[in-house]
Amino acid sequence: MFAIFGKELRSLFLSPLAWSLLIAMQLVLAWIFLVQLEQFLQLQPKLAGLESAPGISTLVIAPLLDSAAMTLMLLVPLLTMGMFSRDSGSGTLDLLFSSPVSLTAIVMGKYFAVLTFLAITLVLIALMPLSLLLGTRPDMGSLAAALLALTLAGTAYAAVGIWISSMTKQPAVAAVLTYAVLLLLWIINLTDNEGTDSLLQQLSLSSHFQRMLSGLVTSSDIIYFLLLILIGLILCIHRLERLRIEG
Amino acid sequence: MQPLIRMTGITRFFGQFCAVRNISLELFQGEVVGLLGPNGAGKSTTMRILSGCLGASLGTVQLDGADLLKEPKLVKRAIGYLPETPPLYHELTVDEYLKFCARLKAVKGSSIKASLDRVKSLCGLDREGSRLIRNLSKGFQQRVGIAQAIIHNPQLIILDEPTNGLDPNQIIEIRKLIRTLGSSHGVILSTHILPEVQSVCDRVLIMNNGRLVYTESLAQMNSSKSDMLNIRLARPPGEPALAQLKGVVNVTTLGENRFYLQLSSTCLVETVAERIIQRGWGLMELVPQQQNLEQIFYRLTTTGENDR
Repeated sequence: MFAIFGKELRSLFLSPLAWSLLIAMQLVLAWIFLVQLEQFLQLQPKLAGLESAPGISTLVIAPLLDSAAMTLMLLVPLLTMGMFSRDSGSGTLDLLFSSPVSLTAIVMGKYFAVLTFLAITLVLIALMPLSLLLGTRPDMGSLAAALLALTLAGTAYAAVGIWISSMTKQPAVAAVLTYAVLLLLWIINLTDNEGTDSLLQQLSLSSHFQRMLSGLVTSSDIIYFLLLILIGLILCIHRLERLRIEG
Repeated sequence: MQPLIRMTGITRFFGQFCAVRNISLELFQGEVVGLLGPNGAGKSTTMRILSGCLGASLGTVQLDGADLLKEPKLVKRAIGYLPETPPLYHELTVDEYLKFCARLKAVKGSSIKASLDRVKSLCGLDREGSRLIRNLSKGFQQRVGIAQAIIHNPQLIILDEPTNGLDPNQIIEIRKLIRTLGSSHGVILSTHILPEVQSVCDRVLIMNNGRLVYTESLAQMNSSKSDMLNIRLARPPGEPALAQLKGVVNVTTLGENRFYLQLSSTCLVETVAERIIQRGWGLMELVPQQQNLEQIFYRLTTTGENDR
Protein backbone atom coordinates (compact mmCIF):
# COMPACT_ATOMS: atom_id res chain seq x y z
CA MET A 1 0.00 0.00 0.00
CA PHE A 2 2.81 2.41 0.85
CA ALA A 3 4.42 1.79 -2.51
CA ILE A 4 1.21 2.77 -4.28
CA PHE A 5 0.68 5.72 -1.96
CA GLY A 6 4.17 7.04 -2.62
CA LYS A 7 3.96 6.55 -6.35
CA GLU A 8 0.54 8.21 -6.66
CA LEU A 9 1.60 11.19 -4.58
CA ARG A 10 4.71 11.56 -6.70
CA SER A 11 2.65 11.33 -9.87
CA LEU A 12 0.24 13.96 -8.55
CA PHE A 13 3.04 16.40 -7.87
CA LEU A 14 4.74 15.61 -11.15
CA SER A 15 1.62 16.56 -13.07
CA PRO A 16 1.04 20.19 -13.90
CA LEU A 17 -2.66 19.52 -13.35
CA ALA A 18 -2.39 19.31 -9.58
CA TRP A 19 -0.27 22.42 -9.34
CA SER A 20 -2.54 24.45 -11.57
CA LEU A 21 -5.56 23.31 -9.59
CA LEU A 22 -3.85 24.49 -6.42
CA ILE A 23 -3.09 27.85 -7.97
CA ALA A 24 -6.61 28.32 -9.32
CA MET A 25 -8.10 27.39 -5.97
CA GLN A 26 -5.93 29.86 -4.08
CA LEU A 27 -6.62 32.69 -6.51
CA VAL A 28 -10.38 32.24 -6.44
CA LEU A 29 -10.62 31.85 -2.69
CA ALA A 30 -8.25 34.71 -1.96
CA TRP A 31 -10.41 36.97 -4.10
CA ILE A 32 -13.59 35.84 -2.37
CA PHE A 33 -11.91 36.31 1.00
CA LEU A 34 -10.87 39.86 0.17
CA VAL A 35 -14.32 40.78 -1.13
CA GLN A 36 -15.99 39.40 2.00
CA LEU A 37 -13.52 41.25 4.19
CA GLU A 38 -14.10 44.49 2.33
CA GLN A 39 -17.87 44.16 2.74
CA PHE A 40 -17.45 43.39 6.41
CA LEU A 41 -15.34 46.52 6.91
CA GLN A 42 -18.02 48.62 5.25
CA LEU A 43 -20.74 47.07 7.38
CA GLN A 44 -18.79 47.32 10.61
CA PRO A 45 -19.91 50.81 11.69
CA LYS A 46 -23.58 49.80 11.31
CA LEU A 47 -23.01 46.50 13.12
CA ALA A 48 -21.43 48.28 16.04
CA GLY A 49 -24.80 49.83 16.85
CA LEU A 50 -26.65 46.50 16.88
CA GLU A 51 -27.21 44.33 19.91
CA SER A 52 -25.71 40.77 19.48
CA ALA A 53 -24.58 41.62 15.99
CA PRO A 54 -23.19 38.83 13.79
CA GLY A 55 -19.41 38.67 14.07
CA ILE A 56 -16.62 38.11 11.60
CA SER A 57 -17.06 34.33 11.85
CA THR A 58 -20.58 34.53 10.45
CA LEU A 59 -19.97 37.27 7.94
CA VAL A 60 -16.57 36.37 6.53
CA ILE A 61 -15.42 32.89 7.50
CA ALA A 62 -18.65 30.99 6.88
CA PRO A 63 -19.22 32.39 3.37
CA LEU A 64 -15.55 31.84 2.54
CA LEU A 65 -15.57 28.19 3.56
CA ASP A 66 -18.92 27.71 1.88
CA SER A 67 -17.34 28.85 -1.37
CA ALA A 68 -14.33 26.69 -0.59
CA ALA A 69 -16.63 23.63 -0.42
CA MET A 70 -17.99 24.47 -3.86
CA THR A 71 -14.50 25.07 -5.26
CA LEU A 72 -13.31 21.78 -3.80
CA MET A 73 -16.20 20.13 -5.59
CA LEU A 74 -14.73 21.44 -8.81
CA LEU A 75 -11.18 20.51 -7.86
CA VAL A 76 -11.39 17.06 -6.30
CA PRO A 77 -12.96 15.28 -9.31
CA LEU A 78 -10.07 16.56 -11.41
CA LEU A 79 -7.64 15.06 -8.91
CA THR A 80 -9.37 11.70 -8.69
CA MET A 81 -10.41 11.33 -12.32
CA GLY A 82 -7.22 9.61 -13.40
CA MET A 83 -6.72 7.44 -10.36
CA PHE A 84 -8.00 4.23 -11.93
CA SER A 85 -9.19 5.31 -15.36
CA ARG A 86 -5.64 6.09 -16.48
CA ASP A 87 -4.43 2.75 -15.13
CA SER A 88 -7.06 0.78 -16.96
CA GLY A 89 -6.55 2.86 -20.09
CA SER A 90 -2.79 2.41 -20.25
CA GLY A 91 -2.70 -1.18 -19.03
CA THR A 92 -0.88 -0.46 -15.79
CA LEU A 93 -3.82 -1.94 -13.92
CA ASP A 94 -2.41 -5.33 -14.95
CA LEU A 95 0.78 -4.46 -13.12
CA LEU A 96 -1.21 -3.78 -9.95
CA PHE A 97 -3.40 -6.84 -10.40
CA SER A 98 -0.46 -9.18 -10.94
CA SER A 99 1.36 -7.84 -7.87
CA PRO A 100 1.07 -9.33 -4.42
CA VAL A 101 -1.16 -6.57 -3.06
CA SER A 102 -4.83 -6.76 -2.16
CA LEU A 103 -7.43 -4.67 -3.94
CA THR A 104 -8.13 -2.86 -0.68
CA ALA A 105 -4.47 -1.87 -0.43
CA ILE A 106 -4.52 -0.58 -4.02
CA VAL A 107 -7.60 1.54 -3.40
CA MET A 108 -6.43 2.83 -0.03
CA GLY A 109 -2.96 3.67 -1.38
CA LYS A 110 -4.47 5.83 -4.07
CA TYR A 111 -7.09 7.30 -1.75
CA PHE A 112 -4.54 8.37 0.84
CA ALA A 113 -2.45 9.98 -1.86
CA VAL A 114 -5.43 12.14 -2.84
CA LEU A 115 -6.12 12.88 0.83
CA THR A 116 -2.54 14.02 1.37
CA PHE A 117 -2.83 16.43 -1.49
CA LEU A 118 -6.20 17.52 -0.15
CA ALA A 119 -4.66 18.12 3.28
CA ILE A 120 -2.19 20.56 1.75
CA THR A 121 -5.05 22.35 0.02
CA LEU A 122 -7.01 22.53 3.26
CA VAL A 123 -4.07 23.94 5.19
CA LEU A 124 -3.67 26.64 2.57
CA ILE A 125 -7.37 27.44 2.79
CA ALA A 126 -7.31 27.47 6.59
CA LEU A 127 -4.50 30.02 6.55
CA MET A 128 -6.88 32.63 5.17
CA PRO A 129 -9.34 32.77 8.11
CA LEU A 130 -6.44 32.19 10.50
CA SER A 131 -4.77 35.32 9.15
CA LEU A 132 -7.63 37.25 10.76
CA LEU A 133 -5.98 36.46 14.08
CA LEU A 134 -3.58 39.25 13.25
CA GLY A 135 -6.30 41.87 13.71
CA THR A 136 -9.23 40.37 15.55
CA ARG A 137 -10.41 37.37 17.54
CA PRO A 138 -12.71 35.18 15.47
CA ASP A 139 -14.75 32.46 17.19
CA MET A 140 -12.23 29.60 17.16
CA GLY A 141 -14.88 26.98 17.96
CA SER A 142 -17.01 27.75 14.97
CA LEU A 143 -13.92 28.06 12.79
CA ALA A 144 -12.85 24.56 13.84
CA ALA A 145 -16.33 23.21 13.12
CA ALA A 146 -16.35 24.83 9.70
CA LEU A 147 -12.90 23.46 8.84
CA LEU A 148 -13.97 20.00 10.01
CA ALA A 149 -16.99 20.27 7.73
CA LEU A 150 -14.77 21.23 4.82
CA THR A 151 -12.35 18.38 5.52
CA LEU A 152 -15.15 15.83 5.71
CA ALA A 153 -16.74 17.15 2.54
CA GLY A 154 -13.41 17.01 0.68
CA THR A 155 -12.63 13.46 1.78
CA ALA A 156 -16.14 12.39 0.80
CA TYR A 157 -15.77 13.97 -2.65
CA ALA A 158 -12.49 12.08 -3.07
CA ALA A 159 -14.09 8.74 -2.15
CA VAL A 160 -16.89 9.25 -4.67
CA GLY A 161 -14.40 10.45 -7.28
CA ILE A 162 -12.09 7.49 -6.88
CA TRP A 163 -15.00 5.07 -7.20
CA ILE A 164 -16.20 6.69 -10.40
CA SER A 165 -12.71 6.74 -11.87
CA SER A 166 -12.67 2.95 -11.60
CA MET A 167 -15.71 2.73 -13.86
CA THR A 168 -14.28 4.19 -17.05
CA LYS A 169 -11.09 4.28 -19.08
CA GLN A 170 -11.39 7.99 -19.84
CA PRO A 171 -10.43 10.46 -17.14
CA ALA A 172 -12.66 13.19 -18.56
CA VAL A 173 -15.70 10.94 -18.38
CA ALA A 174 -14.84 10.11 -14.79
CA ALA A 175 -14.59 13.80 -13.92
CA VAL A 176 -17.92 14.67 -15.52
CA LEU A 177 -19.72 11.77 -13.84
CA THR A 178 -18.20 12.72 -10.49
CA TYR A 179 -19.46 16.29 -10.94
CA ALA A 180 -22.89 14.95 -11.74
CA VAL A 181 -23.05 12.73 -8.66
CA LEU A 182 -21.64 15.32 -6.26
CA LEU A 183 -23.76 18.15 -7.58
CA LEU A 184 -26.87 16.00 -7.40
CA LEU A 185 -26.04 15.10 -3.81
CA TRP A 186 -25.50 18.77 -3.08
CA ILE A 187 -28.78 20.05 -4.52
CA ILE A 188 -31.02 17.05 -3.93
CA ASN A 189 -32.74 18.86 -1.06
CA LEU A 190 -33.75 21.87 -3.14
CA THR A 191 -37.32 20.77 -3.70
CA ASP A 192 -37.79 19.97 -0.09
CA ASN A 193 -38.61 22.71 2.36
CA GLU A 194 -40.34 20.61 4.95
CA GLY A 195 -37.58 20.43 7.50
CA THR A 196 -34.49 18.51 8.38
CA ASP A 197 -35.99 15.08 8.82
CA SER A 198 -37.13 14.30 5.31
CA LEU A 199 -35.26 11.72 3.26
CA LEU A 200 -33.99 14.18 0.68
CA GLN A 201 -32.61 16.44 3.39
CA GLN A 202 -30.86 13.48 4.95
CA LEU A 203 -29.34 12.51 1.61
CA SER A 204 -28.15 15.98 0.76
CA LEU A 205 -24.51 16.92 1.15
CA SER A 206 -25.34 20.60 1.55
CA SER A 207 -27.77 20.25 4.45
CA HIS A 208 -25.20 18.33 6.50
CA PHE A 209 -22.41 20.64 5.45
CA GLN A 210 -24.32 23.86 6.17
CA ARG A 211 -25.26 22.69 9.64
CA MET A 212 -21.62 22.05 10.52
CA LEU A 213 -20.54 25.25 8.86
CA SER A 214 -22.83 27.21 11.17
CA GLY A 215 -20.92 25.74 14.09
CA LEU A 216 -23.25 22.90 15.03
CA VAL A 217 -21.33 19.59 15.04
CA THR A 218 -23.66 16.63 15.43
CA SER A 219 -22.74 12.99 15.27
CA SER A 220 -25.37 12.36 12.60
CA ASP A 221 -23.64 14.77 10.23
CA ILE A 222 -20.26 13.21 10.87
CA ILE A 223 -21.71 9.74 10.37
CA TYR A 224 -23.25 10.89 7.09
CA PHE A 225 -19.87 11.90 5.71
CA LEU A 226 -18.12 8.80 7.02
CA LEU A 227 -20.80 6.63 5.43
CA LEU A 228 -20.36 8.41 2.13
CA ILE A 229 -16.61 7.78 2.27
CA LEU A 230 -17.09 4.14 3.19
CA ILE A 231 -19.64 3.55 0.45
CA GLY A 232 -17.40 5.18 -2.15
CA LEU A 233 -14.39 3.07 -1.21
CA ILE A 234 -16.30 -0.19 -0.91
CA LEU A 235 -17.95 0.35 -4.28
CA CYS A 236 -14.53 1.05 -5.74
CA ILE A 237 -13.03 -2.17 -4.37
CA HIS A 238 -16.09 -4.06 -5.54
CA ARG A 239 -15.79 -2.55 -9.00
CA LEU A 240 -12.12 -3.61 -9.27
CA GLU A 241 -13.04 -7.11 -8.17
CA ARG A 242 -15.63 -7.26 -10.96
CA LEU A 243 -13.07 -5.89 -13.39
CA ARG A 244 -10.69 -8.69 -12.52
CA ILE A 245 -13.30 -11.39 -12.69
CA GLU A 246 -15.15 -10.19 -15.76
CA GLY A 247 -12.28 -8.67 -17.67
CA MET B 1 9.58 -33.81 -10.51
CA GLN B 2 6.94 -31.45 -9.19
CA PRO B 3 5.87 -28.97 -11.88
CA LEU B 4 6.40 -25.28 -11.10
CA ILE B 5 3.01 -24.35 -12.40
CA ARG B 6 -0.01 -26.49 -13.07
CA MET B 7 -3.06 -25.19 -14.91
CA THR B 8 -6.01 -27.52 -14.83
CA GLY B 9 -9.08 -27.20 -17.02
CA ILE B 10 -8.86 -23.45 -17.45
CA THR B 11 -11.88 -22.09 -19.29
CA ARG B 12 -12.79 -18.49 -19.80
CA PHE B 13 -15.97 -16.99 -21.19
CA PHE B 14 -16.49 -13.38 -22.21
CA GLY B 15 -20.26 -13.25 -22.29
CA GLN B 16 -21.25 -16.02 -24.69
CA PHE B 17 -17.84 -16.11 -26.33
CA CYS B 18 -15.46 -18.77 -25.10
CA ALA B 19 -11.95 -17.33 -25.35
CA VAL B 20 -10.13 -20.21 -23.67
CA ARG B 21 -11.49 -23.71 -23.55
CA ASN B 22 -10.37 -26.34 -21.09
CA ILE B 23 -6.63 -25.72 -21.13
CA SER B 24 -4.34 -27.77 -18.93
CA LEU B 25 -0.62 -27.37 -18.89
CA GLU B 26 2.39 -27.92 -16.70
CA LEU B 27 5.62 -26.03 -16.66
CA PHE B 28 8.83 -27.03 -14.92
CA GLN B 29 11.61 -25.02 -13.39
CA GLY B 30 14.30 -24.25 -15.96
CA GLU B 31 12.02 -24.63 -18.93
CA VAL B 32 11.14 -22.07 -21.60
CA VAL B 33 7.75 -22.69 -23.13
CA GLY B 34 6.55 -20.91 -26.24
CA LEU B 35 2.85 -20.30 -26.68
CA LEU B 36 1.95 -19.91 -30.34
CA GLY B 37 -1.25 -19.16 -32.06
CA PRO B 38 -2.90 -16.88 -34.58
CA ASN B 39 -4.38 -13.59 -33.41
CA GLY B 40 -7.38 -14.13 -31.20
CA ALA B 41 -6.43 -17.70 -30.34
CA GLY B 42 -6.58 -16.97 -26.59
CA LYS B 43 -2.85 -16.63 -25.85
CA SER B 44 -3.11 -13.34 -24.02
CA THR B 45 -6.19 -14.43 -22.12
CA THR B 46 -4.38 -17.58 -20.97
CA MET B 47 -1.42 -15.52 -19.82
CA ARG B 48 -3.60 -13.00 -18.02
CA ILE B 49 -5.31 -15.82 -16.17
CA LEU B 50 -1.94 -17.35 -15.31
CA SER B 51 -0.72 -14.03 -13.93
CA GLY B 52 -3.80 -13.46 -11.79
CA CYS B 53 -4.98 -10.38 -13.69
CA LEU B 54 -8.07 -12.14 -14.89
CA GLY B 55 -10.22 -14.72 -13.19
CA ALA B 56 -10.95 -17.99 -14.94
CA SER B 57 -14.56 -19.07 -15.42
CA LEU B 58 -13.53 -22.64 -14.59
CA GLY B 59 -10.36 -24.41 -13.59
CA THR B 60 -7.45 -23.79 -11.26
CA VAL B 61 -3.93 -22.41 -11.38
CA GLN B 62 -1.42 -23.80 -8.92
CA LEU B 63 2.14 -22.71 -8.36
CA ASP B 64 4.27 -25.11 -6.35
CA GLY B 65 1.05 -26.56 -5.00
CA ALA B 66 -0.36 -23.21 -3.84
CA ASP B 67 -3.65 -22.14 -5.42
CA LEU B 68 -3.66 -18.74 -7.12
CA LEU B 69 -7.15 -17.90 -5.86
CA LYS B 70 -6.68 -19.11 -2.31
CA GLU B 71 -3.23 -17.67 -1.66
CA PRO B 72 -2.96 -14.85 -4.18
CA LYS B 73 -0.22 -12.93 -2.39
CA LEU B 74 2.03 -15.94 -2.02
CA VAL B 75 1.59 -17.03 -5.62
CA LYS B 76 1.85 -13.57 -7.16
CA ARG B 77 5.10 -12.93 -5.35
CA ALA B 78 6.55 -15.79 -7.40
CA ILE B 79 5.20 -14.54 -10.74
CA GLY B 80 6.56 -11.85 -13.02
CA TYR B 81 4.28 -10.73 -15.82
CA LEU B 82 4.86 -8.60 -18.87
CA PRO B 83 1.52 -7.82 -20.54
CA GLU B 84 1.17 -7.19 -24.25
CA THR B 85 1.61 -3.46 -23.74
CA PRO B 86 4.27 -2.87 -21.07
CA PRO B 87 2.56 -1.41 -17.98
CA LEU B 88 4.59 1.78 -17.63
CA TYR B 89 4.03 5.08 -15.89
CA HIS B 90 5.32 7.56 -18.42
CA GLU B 91 5.77 10.39 -15.95
CA LEU B 92 8.36 8.48 -13.90
CA THR B 93 12.02 7.86 -14.62
CA VAL B 94 13.25 4.32 -15.16
CA ASP B 95 14.77 4.18 -11.67
CA GLU B 96 11.68 5.57 -9.98
CA TYR B 97 9.48 3.16 -11.85
CA LEU B 98 11.57 0.09 -11.11
CA LYS B 99 11.87 1.09 -7.46
CA PHE B 100 8.09 1.36 -7.30
CA CYS B 101 7.73 -2.06 -8.91
CA ALA B 102 10.22 -3.58 -6.49
CA ARG B 103 8.30 -2.22 -3.50
CA LEU B 104 5.00 -3.25 -5.05
CA LYS B 105 6.29 -6.79 -5.48
CA ALA B 106 7.43 -6.94 -1.88
CA VAL B 107 11.18 -6.84 -2.48
CA LYS B 108 12.86 -6.18 0.87
CA GLY B 109 13.89 -2.56 1.37
CA SER B 110 17.53 -3.43 1.87
CA SER B 111 17.83 -5.39 -1.35
CA ILE B 112 15.93 -3.00 -3.61
CA LYS B 113 19.06 -1.27 -4.83
CA ALA B 114 20.78 -4.55 -5.64
CA SER B 115 17.70 -5.82 -7.52
CA LEU B 116 17.54 -2.58 -9.45
CA ASP B 117 21.17 -2.83 -10.52
CA ARG B 118 20.75 -6.50 -11.41
CA VAL B 119 17.74 -6.06 -13.71
CA LYS B 120 19.14 -2.91 -15.25
CA SER B 121 22.31 -4.65 -16.32
CA LEU B 122 20.36 -7.73 -17.46
CA CYS B 123 18.07 -5.66 -19.64
CA GLY B 124 20.72 -3.22 -20.84
CA LEU B 125 19.27 -0.23 -19.04
CA ASP B 126 22.38 0.80 -17.10
CA ARG B 127 22.58 4.20 -18.68
CA GLU B 128 18.87 4.93 -18.86
CA GLY B 129 18.19 5.05 -15.13
CA SER B 130 17.47 8.74 -14.86
CA ARG B 131 15.60 9.09 -18.13
CA LEU B 132 11.86 9.64 -18.22
CA ILE B 133 10.04 6.57 -19.51
CA ARG B 134 8.00 8.87 -21.75
CA ASN B 135 11.17 9.82 -23.65
CA LEU B 136 12.42 6.28 -24.20
CA SER B 137 12.08 4.58 -27.57
CA LYS B 138 9.65 1.71 -27.87
CA GLY B 139 12.42 -0.88 -27.64
CA PHE B 140 13.71 0.56 -24.40
CA GLN B 141 10.21 0.80 -23.01
CA GLN B 142 9.82 -2.88 -23.79
CA ARG B 143 13.04 -3.58 -21.88
CA VAL B 144 11.76 -1.63 -18.90
CA GLY B 145 8.64 -3.80 -19.12
CA ILE B 146 10.78 -6.93 -18.98
CA ALA B 147 12.87 -5.48 -16.14
CA GLN B 148 9.67 -4.92 -14.21
CA ALA B 149 8.69 -8.55 -14.65
CA ILE B 150 11.93 -9.95 -13.24
CA ILE B 151 12.77 -7.39 -10.56
CA HIS B 152 11.59 -9.60 -7.72
CA ASN B 153 13.39 -12.64 -9.08
CA PRO B 154 10.19 -14.63 -9.60
CA GLN B 155 10.10 -18.37 -10.15
CA LEU B 156 7.75 -18.03 -13.09
CA ILE B 157 8.11 -15.36 -15.76
CA ILE B 158 5.21 -14.73 -18.11
CA LEU B 159 6.09 -12.70 -21.20
CA ASP B 160 3.39 -11.69 -23.65
CA GLU B 161 5.12 -10.96 -26.96
CA PRO B 162 8.40 -9.86 -25.39
CA THR B 163 10.16 -8.95 -28.63
CA ASN B 164 7.32 -6.81 -29.92
CA GLY B 165 8.56 -3.54 -31.38
CA LEU B 166 12.26 -4.26 -30.97
CA ASP B 167 14.88 -3.90 -33.66
CA PRO B 168 16.74 -7.04 -34.84
CA ASN B 169 19.75 -6.46 -32.56
CA GLN B 170 17.55 -5.94 -29.57
CA ILE B 171 15.55 -9.03 -30.45
CA ILE B 172 18.72 -11.10 -30.35
CA GLU B 173 19.67 -9.60 -26.98
CA ILE B 174 16.24 -10.19 -25.51
CA ARG B 175 16.28 -13.79 -26.75
CA LYS B 176 19.63 -14.27 -25.06
CA LEU B 177 18.19 -12.77 -21.92
CA ILE B 178 15.21 -15.13 -22.06
CA ARG B 179 17.55 -18.10 -22.45
CA THR B 180 19.55 -16.94 -19.45
CA LEU B 181 16.41 -16.52 -17.40
CA GLY B 182 15.13 -19.85 -18.59
CA SER B 183 18.06 -21.70 -17.07
CA SER B 184 17.04 -20.86 -13.51
CA HIS B 185 13.37 -19.88 -13.80
CA GLY B 186 10.32 -21.14 -15.59
CA VAL B 187 9.46 -18.95 -18.55
CA ILE B 188 6.33 -18.93 -20.65
CA LEU B 189 6.24 -16.58 -23.60
CA SER B 190 3.76 -15.95 -26.35
CA THR B 191 4.64 -14.84 -29.82
CA HIS B 192 3.62 -15.24 -33.39
CA ILE B 193 7.17 -15.21 -34.69
CA LEU B 194 7.93 -18.88 -35.34
CA PRO B 195 11.74 -18.68 -35.55
CA GLU B 196 11.70 -17.05 -32.14
CA VAL B 197 10.19 -20.15 -30.66
CA GLN B 198 12.77 -22.33 -32.35
CA SER B 199 15.62 -20.21 -31.07
CA VAL B 200 14.62 -19.83 -27.43
CA CYS B 201 12.05 -22.40 -26.39
CA ASP B 202 12.37 -25.92 -25.03
CA ARG B 203 8.78 -26.75 -25.69
CA VAL B 204 6.11 -25.36 -27.95
CA LEU B 205 2.37 -25.12 -27.41
CA ILE B 206 0.04 -24.11 -30.19
CA MET B 207 -3.36 -22.66 -29.45
CA ASN B 208 -6.22 -22.20 -31.83
CA ASN B 209 -9.74 -20.96 -31.15
CA GLY B 210 -9.14 -21.14 -27.42
CA ARG B 211 -7.96 -24.76 -27.49
CA LEU B 212 -4.53 -26.19 -26.94
CA VAL B 213 -3.98 -28.11 -30.16
CA TYR B 214 -0.31 -29.08 -30.01
CA THR B 215 2.33 -29.74 -27.38
CA GLU B 216 5.79 -30.96 -28.28
CA SER B 217 9.32 -30.44 -27.08
CA LEU B 218 11.57 -28.84 -29.67
CA ALA B 219 14.31 -31.41 -29.15
CA GLN B 220 11.90 -34.10 -30.23
CA MET B 221 10.73 -32.04 -33.15
CA ASN B 222 14.27 -31.44 -34.39
CA SER B 223 15.37 -35.04 -34.08
CA SER B 224 12.71 -36.23 -36.46
CA LYS B 225 13.89 -36.58 -40.05
CA SER B 226 13.56 -33.63 -42.32
CA ASP B 227 11.86 -34.40 -45.64
CA MET B 228 11.55 -30.95 -47.14
CA LEU B 229 14.32 -29.05 -48.93
CA ASN B 230 14.41 -25.41 -49.86
CA ILE B 231 16.92 -25.00 -52.70
CA ARG B 232 18.22 -22.20 -54.91
CA LEU B 233 19.79 -22.98 -58.28
CA ALA B 234 21.90 -20.81 -60.57
CA ARG B 235 20.72 -22.63 -63.70
CA PRO B 236 17.32 -24.09 -62.88
CA PRO B 237 16.17 -26.83 -65.26
CA GLY B 238 12.47 -26.23 -64.61
CA GLU B 239 9.97 -28.02 -62.47
CA PRO B 240 9.51 -31.23 -64.55
CA ALA B 241 13.22 -31.98 -64.63
CA LEU B 242 13.50 -31.53 -60.88
CA ALA B 243 10.52 -33.76 -60.32
CA GLN B 244 12.24 -36.52 -62.25
CA LEU B 245 15.17 -36.58 -59.83
CA LYS B 246 15.29 -39.85 -57.98
CA GLY B 247 13.90 -39.54 -54.46
CA VAL B 248 11.96 -36.34 -55.10
CA VAL B 249 8.24 -36.78 -54.64
CA ASN B 250 6.97 -33.28 -55.22
CA VAL B 251 8.31 -29.92 -56.45
CA THR B 252 6.91 -26.47 -55.78
CA THR B 253 8.33 -23.37 -57.43
CA LEU B 254 8.81 -20.65 -54.83
CA GLY B 255 10.51 -18.01 -56.94
CA GLU B 256 12.53 -17.63 -60.09
CA ASN B 257 15.41 -19.83 -58.91
CA ARG B 258 13.96 -21.19 -55.76
CA PHE B 259 12.23 -24.54 -55.29
CA TYR B 260 10.71 -26.55 -52.58
CA LEU B 261 11.41 -30.28 -52.82
CA GLN B 262 9.60 -32.96 -50.94
CA LEU B 263 11.70 -36.09 -50.53
CA SER B 264 10.53 -39.63 -50.29
CA SER B 265 10.87 -41.11 -46.84
CA THR B 266 13.86 -43.29 -47.79
CA CYS B 267 15.87 -40.63 -49.61
CA LEU B 268 18.71 -38.82 -47.84
CA VAL B 269 19.42 -35.14 -48.21
CA GLU B 270 23.02 -35.65 -49.29
CA THR B 271 22.07 -37.97 -52.15
CA VAL B 272 19.72 -35.40 -53.60
CA ALA B 273 22.39 -32.73 -53.28
CA GLU B 274 24.88 -34.93 -55.08
CA ARG B 275 22.47 -35.59 -57.91
CA ILE B 276 21.72 -31.90 -58.39
CA ILE B 277 25.43 -31.06 -58.53
CA GLN B 278 26.12 -33.88 -60.96
CA ARG B 279 23.58 -32.46 -63.36
CA GLY B 280 25.32 -29.04 -63.24
CA TRP B 281 22.32 -26.98 -62.18
CA GLY B 282 24.49 -24.74 -60.03
CA LEU B 283 23.33 -25.44 -56.51
CA MET B 284 23.70 -22.21 -54.55
CA GLU B 285 21.63 -22.88 -51.48
CA LEU B 286 20.14 -25.90 -49.79
CA VAL B 287 18.18 -25.59 -46.58
CA PRO B 288 16.60 -28.67 -45.05
CA GLN B 289 13.27 -27.44 -43.74
CA GLN B 290 14.19 -28.52 -40.27
CA GLN B 291 11.13 -29.53 -38.41
CA ASN B 292 8.65 -27.49 -40.18
CA LEU B 293 7.04 -25.77 -37.25
CA GLU B 294 5.62 -23.45 -39.83
CA GLN B 295 3.78 -26.27 -41.52
CA ILE B 296 2.54 -27.74 -38.28
CA PHE B 297 1.34 -24.31 -37.27
CA TYR B 298 -0.35 -23.73 -40.59
CA ARG B 299 -2.02 -27.12 -40.60
CA LEU B 300 -3.29 -26.87 -37.04
CA THR B 301 -4.48 -23.30 -37.15
CA THR B 302 -6.21 -23.39 -40.50
CA THR B 303 -8.12 -26.62 -39.95
CA GLY B 304 -9.47 -24.97 -36.83
CA GLU B 305 -10.93 -22.21 -38.97
CA ASN B 306 -13.00 -24.77 -40.83
CA ASP B 307 -14.30 -26.26 -37.61
CA ARG B 308 -16.02 -23.06 -36.66
